[in-house]
Amino acid sequence: MEFFTFVGWLLDNPDAGFLPKFIGVAAAWAVGITVFVSVAALFFVWLERKVSAHIQCRLGPMEVGPHGVLQTLADGLKLLAKEDIIPEGADRFLFALAPILAFAGTFVSFAVLPFGPDLVIADLDLGIFFLAAVGSLEAIGVIAAGWASNNKWSLFGSVRAATQVVSYEIPMGIAFVTVAVVAGTLSLNGMVESQNGMFWNWLVFRNPFMPIVFISYYIASLAECKRAPFDLPEAESELVSGFHTEYSGMRFGIFFIAEYAAMYVVSALAVVMFLGGWYTGIAPVDAWVAKSALLANLVGAIVLITKSFALVFLQMWLRWTLPRIRLDQMMYLCLKVMVPIGMVCLIGAALWQGIAGVPADLMGDSQRPAFPVVGSISGLVCFLVATVGGWIWVRGAIRGTKSYQLANYKS
Amino acid sequence: MDRSTLFEKLRQKFGPRIIESDENGLVPSVRIEPATWPELAQSLRDDFRLDYLSCLTGIDRGKGQGLDAIYHVERMDAARLSISVRIRVPYENPVIPTVEHIWRTADWHEREAYDLLGFRFEGHHNLVRILCAEDWEGHPLRKDYKSPDTYHGVRNNVV
Amino acid sequence: MSSEAARTLTPVPAGLSRGRMLDQDGDLRTEEMLLNMGPQHPATHGVLRVVVRTDGEMVIDCEPHVGYLHRCFEKHCESVSILQSVLYTDRLDYLTAMGNNWGFSMAIEKLFPDLVIPERAQYIRIICQELNRIASHLLAIGTYGMDIGAITPFLYCFREREKILSIFEAICGQRLNYNYIRPGGVAYDVDDRMVQTIKDFCAYFRPKALEYDDLLSKNDIFIRRTAKVGVLRPETAIQYGCTGPVLRGSGLARDLRRDMPYGIYDRFDFDVVVGQGEAGALGDCYDRYIVRIREMEQSLRIVEQAAAKIPGGEYRSPKIKGKIRPPKGEAYTRIENSRGELGFYVVSDGKDIAYRVKCRAPSFHNISVIPEISRGSMVADLIAIIGSMDIVLGEVDR
Repeated sequence: MEFFTFVGWLLDNPDAGFLPKFIGVAAAWAVGITVFVSVAALFFVWLERKVSAHIQCRLGPMEVGPHGVLQTLADGLKLLAKEDIIPEGADRFLFALAPILAFAGTFVSFAVLPFGPDLVIADLDLGIFFLAAVGSLEAIGVIAAGWASNNKWSLFGSVRAATQVVSYEIPMGIAFVTVAVVAGTLSLNGMVESQNGMFWNWLVFRNPFMPIVFISYYIASLAECKRAPFDLPEAESELVSGFHTEYSGMRFGIFFIAEYAAMYVVSALAVVMFLGGWYTGIAPVDAWVAKSALLANLVGAIVLITKSFALVFLQMWLRWTLPRIRLDQMMYLCLKVMVPIGMVCLIGAALWQGIAGVPADLMGDSQRPAFPVVGSISGLVCFLVATVGGWIWVRGAIRGTKSYQLANYKS
Repeated sequence: MDRSTLFEKLRQKFGPRIIESDENGLVPSVRIEPATWPELAQSLRDDFRLDYLSCLTGIDRGKGQGLDAIYHVERMDAARLSISVRIRVPYENPVIPTVEHIWRTADWHEREAYDLLGFRFEGHHNLVRILCAEDWEGHPLRKDYKSPDTYHGVRNNVV
Repeated sequence: MSSEAARTLTPVPAGLSRGRMLDQDGDLRTEEMLLNMGPQHPATHGVLRVVVRTDGEMVIDCEPHVGYLHRCFEKHCESVSILQSVLYTDRLDYLTAMGNNWGFSMAIEKLFPDLVIPERAQYIRIICQELNRIASHLLAIGTYGMDIGAITPFLYCFREREKILSIFEAICGQRLNYNYIRPGGVAYDVDDRMVQTIKDFCAYFRPKALEYDDLLSKNDIFIRRTAKVGVLRPETAIQYGCTGPVLRGSGLARDLRRDMPYGIYDRFDFDVVVGQGEAGALGDCYDRYIVRIREMEQSLRIVEQAAAKIPGGEYRSPKIKGKIRPPKGEAYTRIENSRGELGFYVVSDGKDIAYRVKCRAPSFHNISVIPEISRGSMVADLIAIIGSMDIVLGEVDR
C-alpha cells in the first residue's frame, strides 16, 4: 500500500483497528516533535548568540535575516555541507553511534513531557521516573563519543561527563522524589493539575522547603545540560572541546542540537514540576480558558513554552556570567552540599505534607493541604528570603568583606 | 652594602683569582677563570645574598679571542646592588662549571647559552637545546655560524 | 585438549585476574597518562607545549617545552642596523611593545656618554609605557578569566583595551607593534588634543576597573578556582628568577620603577602592589591576578600625573640623527615591563650594527617555574597556573 493511499484509507476509516491509528498518531507526534526540537534548537542557538553578544557589549549576528535570525540556519547548512571526518584509530561504529545516542536520550524525554493539558504523547503514571531514566542516556552517548574518538582530551571529557552524571543525578533524583511527595503523583500531567489556581499554589511555593528544592533541581539541571558553570566535559579552555573535539560536520551538529534540546527539556520539566506548567497562575484566566479544550491546549502550550524559554534564557545568562568550577568542586557541591540539603528538604516537605496536608480521600476533592494559605505564604516568604538574602550576600561579598578587603586600593 | 664595599670584599676574599675588576664602568664586573666560578657564585649568594641571577649573556669575541659568558647577579630586595661576572673560555673547549644548584634559574639560562653559543656547562643535569630544535646542528649565535641550506628537506636561504 | 590438561599446561596463578585489576595495596590499579598540552591548545597562550604526566585528573609532573616561536631575534640584531633592530623588539612581548622599544633604546642610550633625553620625550615615554601596561594587564586579566571559563570579562577588557590602542594608533600609527620609542626620544610628537584624549581615557577608565571586581575578583567561583592554587612561595620565586606581577604576587615588593628608577619614574607617586594572600595562600593564582588588577590602578595614577604636567620642547634628542653609531662599549639595562624585568645587553663595536644583543625576557623565567608549582594539582589548575603567569611566547622564544 502506498503511503498516501494509506493515509487516505486511515482518514476514511477513523475506526479502523488499533495498529494503523497507533502508527498514524505516533508518526504525527514524531514529526511534530522533530520539527519543534529543530526549530527550538535553531532559535536557542540564535538566542544564545544574541544573549551572549548583548551581555558582552556586542551585537552578535546581524547579517543573515533581520537581526541575524537566519544565521543559525546558514550555519546548519554549512555543517551539513562539511566533510564528515572520522579520525584514524577511532572506533568507527561507536563514533557514529555516539551522537545518535546523545540525541535519542534527549529526544525520548519528549514522550512524557506535556505541552498542554492534552498535548502529551504519553501521560505515563511513572512520568518523572521515565524522565530520570532516559535523561542519563545522553551521558552514555557523551561517554561513547569520548572513548571512540581515540583522543586523550576527548577521553578526559567523557570521564568528566561520567563523573558529572553520578554527581548530579542524586540531588536531582531527590528533588524528583520531593516533588512527587508534595504533588502526590509521579505523572507529569498530574503534577501540573495539582498546581491549579493562583500562582501561590505552584509547587515552588507550596511549603518552605520547595524553593530550596527548586534551586537545587535547577543547579543539577545545569549540570545535566553541561552548561556553565558545569561545562566540565567540554571545557574549551581546558580540554579543547572535550568529548566532541574530534567531531565535525553534522555529527557535531547533532551533539549541538541535543544540548539545546536538553536545555529545553530540563527547563520545561522545572516548569512542570515547580512553576505551574501550563497554568497562567491567575485562577480566573485559567478557569475561563479551561472552558474550551482547544483554547486550553493552545494557551497552555504558549504559557508552558514561554515559561520554559524564560528558564532557558536564565541558563544562558548564567553561562555568560560565571566561570567554570573544577571537577572536585562540582562533586563537592553535588554530593556534599546538595544531597544533604535535598534530604533535609525531602524530610521537611514530607513532614509538612503529613501534618498540614490531609490525605485525598479525607478531603474528597484534591490533595491540596488543609492549610494552603500557611504553606503558600511561608513558601513565598522563603523564596523571597532566599533570593533577596542571596542577593544581599553576594553584593556584600562584592562590596568587600574583611577577608577580601582591598588594601592599598584607593584612587 | 653598596657596590664598592662588595667589590672590596670580593677582592679581599679572592685576591689574585679575580683577574680584573671594573667597578665604575657601564657594566660593573669582575673577570675570573672558569675554575673559580662555583666558589665565587656560592660566595655571592651566601655571603652577599645576591640571590637573583638576572641574566646570562654569551658573547662570541671572534676566533682568536674565545667566548665570553657574562653573569648578571643581583639582590632581589636591592636592585642597585648588582655585579657582573665575566668568564672567558677558549673557542674549542668552552667548558664552564654549572651554577644551577646555586641559582635554579641558571638551568634555563645555561641551556639557552648552550643552545645558541655552544657553551658546555659541566654538571648541568639536562643540557639539551631549548630554543632550537633538538636535532639542530651548530650554534646560531656564533659569528662563524652558517645556516644550513636545508632542514628536513625544507629549503632555507631562498633568494 | 581437555580443560584439565590446559590448566596444567598454562598454570593460572591464583590471583591473576585480581592482580591485573589491583595493585599490591589492593587498590584499583591505574596507569599514568602522558598528555601533550600544546603547541596548539586554547589555554597555552600561543605555542607553549607542556608535556604533562597525569594520574587521572592529577598532574604528577609537567615539563614546558619552548622554542616553537624562535625567530632568531638576537641573530637578526647582528645583521640589521640599530634603528631597524628597534622594530624587531616590538615582536618580543608584542603586548607591551612600548616597553620593549624603551628597554632596547635605553641600552643604546647608555652607550652614549653624555646623552640627555629631552623632558617631553621622557613624559611621552612614561605615558605610553604605562598605558601599554594597562592594555597588557587588561588582556592578561581577560584571557585569565577565559582560562577559568568566564568568557564575558574578556570582551569587557577588550572594550577598554581598544580605547588605549586607538590612542596609540593616533600617536604612532600602529595598534600593536609601535616602533615608537627610539634611541634618543620618541618617533613622533604628541599634540595637545592627544593629551586631552589621554586624560579623558583616565577619567573613563577609573570607574570601569570596578567591573572586573564584580565579574572576577569577587566572584565566588573565580576565587575558589584560583585561591590556594599554584602557590609560588617567595623563595621559590627568587630561585627561579621570577619577576614582575608573578614575583610581586608572592609578596615581594620589587619594582624597578621604584627600586632603580629609570627615565623619570622617581618623579611620580605610585605604590608597588604586592600580593597579600588575601584569598588563602600567599603567592597563589589569585594573588598574581589581583596584583595585575591593582597595578592598572597605579599605572593610571602615573599616567594622570604625567599627562597633567607634560612639558613642551623637543621630543627627541638632536644629538642622535640618521644612523645610530654608539661608541665602543657594552651596556646592560633593565626595565620593568608588564611581565617583569626586561633586560638588554648590548655590545657595540662602534658600527651602526650592534655586535651582540642579548635579551633577558621575563616570561622565559616565569615559565620555568611552572613545573615546580603545578605538581600535585589538577589539570584544570594547571590551566589556571599557566594563565596566571601571563606568558607571551614571543619573548620566551625570541
